[in-house]
Amino acid sequence: MKKKSILKKGYGWINERFKIDDLINFMKKKEVPLYHGTIWYYFGGISLLLFIIQVVTGMLLLLYYKGSAELAFESVQFISAKVKFGWLIRSIHSWSANLMVLAAFIHMFSVFFTKAYKKPRELTWYSGFILLALAMAFGFTGYLLPWNELSLFATKVGTDIPKAIPLIGGFIMNILRGGEEVTGSTLSRFFGFHVALLPGIFTLVLTMHLIFIQRQGMSAPENWDELPEKNKKKIPFFPNFLLRDLLIWLIIINVLSVLAVFFPWELGVKADELAPAPAGIKPEWYFLFMFQTLKIIPSQILVMDGEVFGVLLFSIAGLLWFLVPLWDRKTKTGEKRYWLTYAGIFAIIYIIIFTIIGFIAK
Amino acid sequence: MIEVPEYTGKKSRRDFLNYVLSIGFFGWIGAILYPLYSYLVPPKSPDVDTSNISIGKESEMENNSSKMFKIGNKPGILIKTNEGELKALSATCTHLDCTVQFKKDENLIWCACHNGKYDLNGINISGPPPKPLTKFNVVVQKDEIYVQK
Repeated sequence: MKKKSILKKGYGWINERFKIDDLINFMKKKEVPLYHGTIWYYFGGISLLLFIIQVVTGMLLLLYYKGSAELAFESVQFISAKVKFGWLIRSIHSWSANLMVLAAFIHMFSVFFTKAYKKPRELTWYSGFILLALAMAFGFTGYLLPWNELSLFATKVGTDIPKAIPLIGGFIMNILRGGEEVTGSTLSRFFGFHVALLPGIFTLVLTMHLIFIQRQGMSAPENWDELPEKNKKKIPFFPNFLLRDLLIWLIIINVLSVLAVFFPWELGVKADELAPAPAGIKPEWYFLFMFQTLKIIPSQILVMDGEVFGVLLFSIAGLLWFLVPLWDRKTKTGEKRYWLTYAGIFAIIYIIIFTIIGFIAK
Repeated sequence: MIEVPEYTGKKSRRDFLNYVLSIGFFGWIGAILYPLYSYLVPPKSPDVDTSNISIGKESEMENNSSKMFKIGNKPGILIKTNEGELKALSATCTHLDCTVQFKKDENLIWCACHNGKYDLNGINISGPPPKPLTKFNVVVQKDEIYVQK
């Protein structure tokens, strides 16, 4: 009884100063549509949870990690072998990174197919796309940090790709690598990008993304416009939806723990700048469909290098995808644009098939 | 009431000041951006002498084998063919910068990253590589192998 009154007093103290009641009322007013597609609303929250886990485990890894070509591999080895539960923290960081990218991809496709990017939510879509790109940049820079054989070649290939851009390509590659080649200087740069630059930008864009969502409320499915008000089932965001969110977060944390414990992340062999690329080399799975495409494109297409052609193709596709709210404009006339949905389905099928081929290919 | 001066089309003293201030402003932006840009570009590392690199004894190399070496900051590959001929090539794949290897069983040079293939003269024969590998001269003096750029 006494404890409760202390809690109440504390709440009263804060409420008097920061008007928490207003915030709770605002959250209570916000409603989440209940229909067969409600499940997709959870994936944004899941991505957010996994990002928070990344920040926490990342900070823990920083206590022991050393970002130089001479010490990086050994320090990760030290974390995995000597530090108590170091293997677990590292494994969670790696697994959570992959699950975060996966959750963000699912989140993006669900927004695409439910057309939640339409007016007035264009900025939410743009910021979300930037967040996904940043998440992939996190993955790419983080991959190099253990300084092992696989990551060295993944970084060589990945940082060589901007060279295909005319005029400024070589300059970008130089800035990324910290020199002409992938060396210890690249590792230092990537370390900086991974733990300072990217988190800073990410936090800023994420804050904007979340504010947009809070300001506009949840997007309702397209066919709800014609539905009478009484047929629209909704639940309040606070506390109903939030509690469901928390339950799912609990499940995700459990799944993550099982993966991290039973499938600990491998460290591989230390990078050797002279050694040839090992057979069966592959990038992280979320780059695999692009990697596999580059593999099958012939060396010359018309007057272009095959590599330039491939990079150009993905850049254009990415740009069109990013700008979807701009050219999906016929919505107001009520015309259905099935071809857009087909384009989305094609993108998913393409990504899945090429990812699978990438996995099984030698 | 504030008096608004009539527009006469003449440049006023204020216009002049605005010009001067904007030039100053852009100069100021430049003074911030230029050092930042210069800082981001890594300094050139001093050129390593690559005129004549010794990479071991010929008698210690078997036929149909290869050896990696460093030329400048880049990897190179030395191959001794079935016929005992020595060939030295740049080991950097012309496609996307991976390091190639000698494939004994197929008697060719192979890049594992994107399945690019070259013949033993470094000519790109299959897969995505757009150009041949750079060739280096090999000189053998008193059993010692030297590679020259």
